[in-house]
Amino acid sequence: MTNRPLVEVRDLHVRFRGERNVHAVNGVDFALNRGEVLGILGESGSGKSVTLKALLRLLPERRTEIKGAIRVGDEDVLALGPEALADFRGKTASMIFQEPMLALDPVYTVGQQIAEAVERHEKCGAAAARRRALEMLERVRIPSPERRLDSYPHEMSGGMRQRAMIALALACRPQVLLADEPTTALDATVQIQILLLLRELQRELGMAAIFVTHDIGVAVEVSDRIAVMYAGRIVETGSVADIVRRPAHPYTRGLLASTVHGAMRGRRLDAIPGAPPALSEAPASCSFAPRCGEVQPECHARVPDAVTVAPAHLSRCLRSVAAGG
Amino acid sequence: MLVYLIRRLLYVVPIALAVSVVCFSLVHIAPGDPLVSILPPDASQALVEQMKKSYGFDRPIPVQFAIWLGKIAQGDLGTSIATSRPVLQEITKAVGNTLMLAFAATLIGFTLGCFFGFVAGYFRDTLVDRIAVTVSILGVSVPHYWLGMVLVICFSVLLPWRPPTGAGPGSSAAWVWDWEHVKYLILPAVTMSVIPMGIVTRTVRALVGDILSQEFVDALRAKGLTDWGVFQHVVKNAAPTALAVMGLQLGYLLGGSILIETVFSWPGTGFLLNAAIFQRDLPLLQGTILVLAMFFVVLNLLVDTVQTAIDPRIRRG
Ligand SMILES: Nc1ncnc2c1ncn2[C@@H]1O[C@H](COP(=O)(O)OP(=O)(O)OP(=O)(O)O)[C@@H](O)[C@H]1O
Ligand code: SF4
Ligand SMILES: [Mg+2]
Repeated sequence: MTNRPLVEVRDLHVRFRGERNVHAVNGVDFALNRGEVLGILGESGSGKSVTLKALLRLLPERRTEIKGAIRVGDEDVLALGPEALADFRGKTASMIFQEPMLALDPVYTVGQQIAEAVERHEKCGAAAARRRALEMLERVRIPSPERRLDSYPHEMSGGMRQRAMIALALACRPQVLLADEPTTALDATVQIQILLLLRELQRELGMAAIFVTHDIGVAVEVSDRIAVMYAGRIVETGSVADIVRRPAHPYTRGLLASTVHGAMRGRRLDAIPGAPPALSEAPASCSFAPRCGEVQPECHARVPDAVTVAPAHLSRCLRSVAAGG
Repeated sequence: MLVYLIRRLLYVVPIALAVSVVCFSLVHIAPGDPLVSILPPDASQALVEQMKKSYGFDRPIPVQFAIWLGKIAQGDLGTSIATSRPVLQEITKAVGNTLMLAFAATLIGFTLGCFFGFVAGYFRDTLVDRIAVTVSILGVSVPHYWLGMVLVICFSVLLPWRPPTGAGPGSSAAWVWDWEHVKYLILPAVTMSVIPMGIVTRTVRALVGDILSQEFVDALRAKGLTDWGVFQHVVKNAAPTALAVMGLQLGYLLGGSILIETVFSWPGTGFLLNAAIFQRDLPLLQGTILVLAMFFVVLNLLVDTVQTAIDPRIRRG
């Protein structure tokens, strides 16, 4: 095996057409190695979910324009035909959603929903698929799993449903797990249990994972690296230590400043004055300029390039200084 | 599930009782004397009294009701004043014909409605969708009797492909399931299917649109289901409501076909009701209405039961 990354996203642009155009993602680049966890952090509307959905091509095809390149394993995701795409989803990469109640089909039992994915990808019989479903429910530590196989989603608690969703997503041993705010909808104590479970399973299975969150505390806890998104761009990426101790981008610094130390988990990223820009136009300058305390005249002139402030630590700010420069 | 069923069955008792009271009171609410139509205008007072006695009209009303109810319990709905045949026999024949027509129409309407509804729901806001919606609006708003007459003119008069009226060759022949007889069923069934078709189209279109916009559809795709696999989930989610709507439509068709049965001379309950009204044949009228109302009660029960069995969200207790 070469040591090229498992996931590579290059210059990803996503635009929704409609009465109002939305430039939701405006040039996202990142790479993810095997077994690595990337946390994507950003305010509401910054394009986190859209980026994640683009990785599985889950965006509404007729209204969405996707440009750029997405590679996962050996698959060029944007070029996959319908059959190959369905084979890819759930097998190579799978997804956990924010609200498990909405993400599970209400009229199928949890067991049926897991077994369905297994039968689909492993081409095995119903009995074997059911056995795998049971095994997965045990794995995510759902109490009395035999009974829960035949439960409907509405018969379970929120935390249990999210465990079932995790069991479903991991049933076919994906190489990458995409988790879109998997704990936001849950109670605080349940959140921690689910996070611990996810991190444990990720390590056990050696999966790579992308973990989208609003919550700096969560991002710090689960990630190896963090990418901070703003207005459809990644404005800063680096190791957890880089981001938390040596933030280079004014937006990241704002986020950290808004988070009282010691009470990090649970804070929403809303304490920076001002609101994110409307995305009806593709940005032609630094999108953060209207809210930035360090803004310069030239910030309005062009989109800042990524600057390597330290090895594997990038910032998209005109004022960031390149390493060794 | 069982508890729910038993409770639901118990509800039927008071409803059935109320229905029979209403049916019985018809005789007394209806203006005019029910005997007028069979007695000669110059009938003597003695004859009138004698007829009253023989029909039991001289007893106190609660007693009459009790006797009437008792007879019904034994399957005796009285005798038709116009034909002198037992009401039950008349009704049984008519019910058979109406059932056949209603089931045929519902089957056609449901099949077409589901087809249009799914296509429209899946291809929202495209040309196909607009066509399906137009067809469904036309279906619901076109007057039945007018459509019936147009069909008769097109297919029986101008192009003599179909026999226009009746229920089979010959006047009183019994129904047989062969082409000779089915031919007679097609036009009235198609005419009658138009409303359920429109309503089912509208319902299924809305359902499919709603289901497809839910997040679990994304989640189904995310786990690798093909369009066909997702479609099966959509069908199972839409089925309880679609079936309930179909059941209700079937119910309406079982009772409300006077116009169509008259246009096509289809000898069903609507036709019978029509005849009973115009001939002031009260026992027949009473019996027919009672039977139709009870049909509705039983049908509702069936719809609820099936829906409960299919939809786990209702299945409690
Ligand atoms: N299907 C869609 N059609 C049109 N616009 C969309 C669609 N999905 C997302 N958007 C828009 O794209 C932008 C980015 O949305 P996205 O859901 O990625 O935000 P997010 O970062 O996940 O925010 P949140 O934290 O609230 O989940 C938003 O302005 C949103 O309104
Ligand atoms: S480029 Fe300018 S406006 Fe943008 S974050 Fe840096 S300093 Fe602020
Ligand atoms: Mg989101």
